Parts: sequence; C-alpha cells; structure tokens
Amino acid sequence: MSRQITIDPVTRIEGHSKITIELDDNEQVKDAHFHVTQLRGFEKFCEGRPFSEMPSLMARICGICPVSHLIASAKACDGLLAVRVPPTAIKLRRILNLAQMMQSHALSFFYLSSPDLLLGMDGDPAKRNIFGVLEAYPTLARDGVRLRQIGQQIIELLAGKRIHPAWVVPGGVSDPLTEATRDQIIAMLPDAQAIAERTLVWFKKAMEQYREEIRTFGNFPTLFMGLVNAEGDLEHYHGKLRVVDSRGHILQDGFDPPDYASFIGEKTEAWSYLKSSYYLPLGYPEGIYRVGPLARLNIVDRCGTPLADQEWAEFRELQRGAELSSFHFHYARLIEILYAAERIGELLNADDILDPHVRARAGANNLEGIGVAEAPRGTLIHHYRINEDGLITWANLIIATGHNNLAMNRSVLQVAKRYVDGSKLTEGMLNRVEAVIRTYDPCLSCSTHALGQMPLHIELRSAAGEVLDEVRR
Amino acid sequence: MKTTTQTMNRVKTLKIDDRDVSGSEHQTILDVARENDIFIPTLCHIDGLSDIGACRLCVVEIKGSGKLVPACATEIQEGMEVFTQTEALAKYRKLILEMLFTEGNHICSVCVSNGHCELQYLAARLGVDHVHLPYLHQQRTVDASHERFIVDHNRCILCTRCVRVCDEIEGAHTWDVTGRGTKARVITDLNQPWGTSETCTGCSKCVHICPTGALVEKGKSVAEMSKRREFLPYLTSMREKNNG
Repeated sequence: MSRQITIDPVTRIEGHSKITIELDDNEQVKDAHFHVTQLRGFEKFCEGRPFSEMPSLMARICGICPVSHLIASAKACDGLLAVRVPPTAIKLRRILNLAQMMQSHALSFFYLSSPDLLLGMDGDPAKRNIFGVLEAYPTLARDGVRLRQIGQQIIELLAGKRIHPAWVVPGGVSDPLTEATRDQIIAMLPDAQAIAERTLVWFKKAMEQYREEIRTFGNFPTLFMGLVNAEGDLEHYHGKLRVVDSRGHILQDGFDPPDYASFIGEKTEAWSYLKSSYYLPLGYPEGIYRVGPLARLNIVDRCGTPLADQEWAEFRELQRGAELSSFHFHYARLIEILYAAERIGELLNADDILDPHVRARAGANNLEGIGVAEAPRGTLIHHYRINEDGLITWANLIIATGHNNLAMNRSVLQVAKRYVDGSKLTEGMLNRVEAVIRTYDPCLSCSTHALGQMPLHIELRSAAGEVLDEVRR
Repeated sequence: MKTTTQTMNRVKTLKIDDRDVSGSEHQTILDVARENDIFIPTLCHIDGLSDIGACRLCVVEIKGSGKLVPACATEIQEGMEVFTQTEALAKYRKLILEMLFTEGNHICSVCVSNGHCELQYLAARLGVDHVHLPYLHQQRTVDASHERFIVDHNRCILCTRCVRVCDEIEGAHTWDVTGRGTKARVITDLNQPWGTSETCTGCSKCVHICPTGALVEKGKSVAEMSKRREFLPYLTSMREKNNG
C-alpha cells in the first residue's frame, strides 16, 4: 500500500513550505514535491499606486533581501522615467547590492546551512542550529555573525537603515555618500575579506566528507542563467542575460533583460503557490534551469576581481563543463562573498564616488519599465506598466526562487530516492531532504508575492494512506 | 489663532489644568493653552486658518459643564476651569485616532509622508499602540491627474484644511467635500479629476498644510514628503494688512 511522508514545516529556510514524499507498494520513493504553502499578493495590491512608491513598497516583500527588490524596482522605475541615472548613483546602488549579497550569503551559509555541514547531517536536531555551531565551532560561528554584521552595517551606513531603507529611488539614490562614511566602510572590508578567505580554506577541505551529498544533492544537468557584463564578467547589477547548458556551452548570450518574456515561461502547478519558470525555447519541463550563485559562476568567463578569480578558477576545475551539483551553491556563495568584499573596495575608491549628483528627476516618460538585477538567490525581474498619470496598472515579478522551483523539486526527489527508505525512516534522511532545499537558499516569502487563481489540490487519505478521493481546480 | 485679528483690550483669567493663566477675550482655550506650553492635540486646526472643530481631538473638560468642548473653537471665559489631560479625554482622543486609522488605509511604512505625518506623530505621542476597532478596508482611489500633485484618498482624514486654505488664503475654492459618513471625500471643482480643474492655481498650499500623505507632490518616494507649514500665519497677516 502506498504511503506518504510529509516534512512540515521545512526548517532553516526563509518562508513556509513542506515536502511530501510518495512511496510505492514496495516502500520505495516514487515521487516527491516541494510545496510552497503561502500566498502574498504584491502584484495585485500595488495596482493603482504611484510608481514612485514602488521601490519601497516592493522592498516589503522581504526582510532579508529588501535591497534586491529596491534595486530591481528602482531600475524598472528608471525605465519609466527614461532618464540617465548618474554614474555615481549606479556605483552606490552596486555597493548596496553587494553588501546585501554579503549579508544574505552569510545568513544562508553560516546560520542556516553550516549546522548541517559542521554538526553532521545526522547530528542531534536539538543542537543542529547556529547555537550548536557557536558551542562547537565558536570561531566559525563568530565569523558568520561578523560577516553578516559587516554587510548589514554597510547597508545602514549607505541607506540609513538595515532593513527596508528608502534610499534607492527612481532615478538614482536620495543622498550622496560622505567621505566619512566611505572611510568607515573601507575600514570594514579587510575583515570581511579575511573571513571569506579562511572559510573557503575550511570549506574546500571539508568538501571531502560530503562526496556522497555532492553526488546526489541536485546533481543533474540543467541550464543556468544569470547576468554577465559586456566582458563576460560576474555581474549583479546591470548587463545582459546569458544562458549556458550543462556542458557549459553558451546557449544564448546577451539577451536584453526587457526581452525576458520571449525566453522565460512560467507554469503553475497544483501542488504549490510558487510558479515554475522554464526556458521557453526548450519547453516545459525540459527548459529547467538554475539561477543564483552556482549559476552565476557557471555562466561567467571570470569574476573580475583578483582573489575571487583565483577561487573561481579552482571551482571550475571541479568538473568539466558546468558545475552541476546544487551542493556547490554553498561553495559559490563563499566565492561571491569574497568577490563582494573586493568589488565594494574598488567601487568606493572610484574618483567620482563622492559626487553629490546622484539623482535624475523626471516624470513618467515611458508607460512600461523592466528592471533586472541579480539578487543573492538569482535573477530578479520587476516589470511594471503605468497609465498616463503615473499610476501602476499592471506588475509582474519573477523571483529567483521561482526560477529554481523545477530544480528544487527534482533535487528533493533525487535526495529522497538516495536516502529515504520507507521501511525505516531516520531523522538524518529527512534532514538531507531539507538540506538540499537549503542549498538553494530559497526565499519563499519573496517568491510567492503573486496573486491569482489558487492552484488547489486536496487529497483525502485513509489512515492506511489510501487515497479515497481527490479534488483539483 | 485669532490674536492677530482681535483687539486685545480685556484680559480674562482662568485655570487650565490647575494652573492660573490669562488671555484676552475672544482668544480660544487652545490659543491660551499653547501660549502657556500646555499641550492639546489637534489635527484639523492650523494656525492661520479658521477653526471648525471637526476632528474633536482638542476636546477638553470644563468644570461645571457636562459636555466636552473643542478647545480650538471655544472662547475663554472669566473664572473658567479647564482640564486638558483627564483619563476620559485620553481615552476619547485615542479612540478618535483609532477611528481615523480604521476608516482610511494608512500604511505608514510605505507612505511618502512617513516621519512627517501629523496623524502618525499624534498616534505615537498619545500612545496608540493597538487599534481595537475593525478596519473598514474601504476601496479608495488615487487621483494623479494633476501635473505636479497627487491626492490619495486612502490617507485623507477629512480635516478640510485643504478646503479652508484654498478658500480663505488662496481665494480659489478649488476644494470641497462631497458625500456623507465614511463615503465623504474631498473633491476638486465639480467632482472632477484635479488635472482638469479650472480654478486650481497650482499654488501647493493645500499640499503643504495637509497633515498626512493625502496631498503630496508627484515623484516623491517613501518618507520624502516633508511639508512646510509655517508660512500660513505670515501669509494671513500680510494679506490682512494689504487689504487694509
């Protein structure tokens, strides 16, 4: 008789979700699903609002990566203004975005995933958390806390507060950088860089213990997508989208983010509020692709900063073609932290960084605007339409976690097939199923911003697990 | 603030919160209280415009009288004993603010007037930390048809400062009020989009004296809409002087 195993809620991720694993008559894993169980509604309730409010309104989607939404939204609004954003404002926005990358990656790696890596996938669940790490590995835990603090402090110094700052506005930023603030930020960077370097040394050594997880944690061919700049370097703010296949060959290069609708499709599944994005030319579900740190390091020709480039070269040696295991999201995240520390330094030392001209002003000159940026979890797209008065008439947001939805589901199934044996369940098995989700660092509050037809699927099961009735709509 | 228009010939003495104070006849309780640094909350009152006693936040108790009176619209009397800070008043004032919050759609965190809003300031000052009434969640509109300004009815508390400033100071009388109860709202000209108003001079006085984010300049992002309100008494006195 078939049985169902439910992990609800999935812990140490951002948002609410559950995982169901279906067993066949022989107690072997037949299928598995990652369900996102929350519904938001941002695309709908922003309708009728003045577009100038959008960056701050959309930032409220998330308390962890509000900066990403601020930036993608402000870029969409820049398109509505049809102005040239002052170069200094672009640099300042880039610094803010990288600071957020640093703090968010630190949260994902140190707070959410390091307990699995340090205390073991089969470790005592009561201890398998950041407090357990603080007890057993105080130096590493302190590094994580400090790194997150640096990222958050940079955001606060630039934008006025750590969470939901209103500093990024259509046309630029609201206030220029002062010399004192610049020097304060520069003084913090060596610490961040040192932490990133020593964590990378430790992680690369520790990877040997996780050969089996690397082999089975979302290790399958997919496409990868992200922004690259004109030189093919790592890019988080501007640039064009590039798609590579699992062998690392460029499938499509330099498509302008505004053309996203010609390349990215979105499909709704009955078992989740989270839409699944796919690469349109290959169809659904063959067009499965991944975004985020792993994808970014797979698509670029180099990072563009000296230390990150060395690490990147080593990372790309792991496998011929693209690095396929989602376990290596962790590795890629650490390299990106190092990159962020280096790049913020470069940007702060630019000659024009203290220029007081940081905002271009205009009314609504275009009726449609699209903003694309790289959020910590991957490519983030904000797309707005307004009426002649400047009020929003329609909005569409595609969030990183949505791009990864298909891959997350397939990863859950792969891990469940490898580790879950229906006849004898262990906590460690189930934790591995959760841990593979954590590699993607999904942000479910972000990704379920949408409002529309609720995909509903109700199953009525007997105590023995037999499906008695089901309803779909 | 009627002191500018009245002859100050007769002094009256009274008590406010057990303090002996004095004022000239025709001064309101609010005027005298403010001259003596006694805080009475207000929303519809603004120095330089006529008072209508609409918001009821400035209600005070008078010894010997069973009813509450608005301090902005009640003149002082000889021997009056006024109480501005009783427990009952604190309760009523909080309730009035709660009703304003539930009737409109006030989301401070994403409001252009966040940090510059009189409603928000008073809620914090009077200790409105919870709203006990059900929110009405009314569907209200935003009119952005004017080239430079926006009226967001979600944030309007119907204080009618805009109506009065436009009528009494600018002399255009573009603004008015239509409807009743929770359906009441401010309108421009003959209930038409602001951008099509023939009387609006675009002077922005209404925008600057609006206590909330209901009337704002276009293009402002969250928390950017700070307002200048100090100009009114000056304008009032200068115009009276010029008019002889």
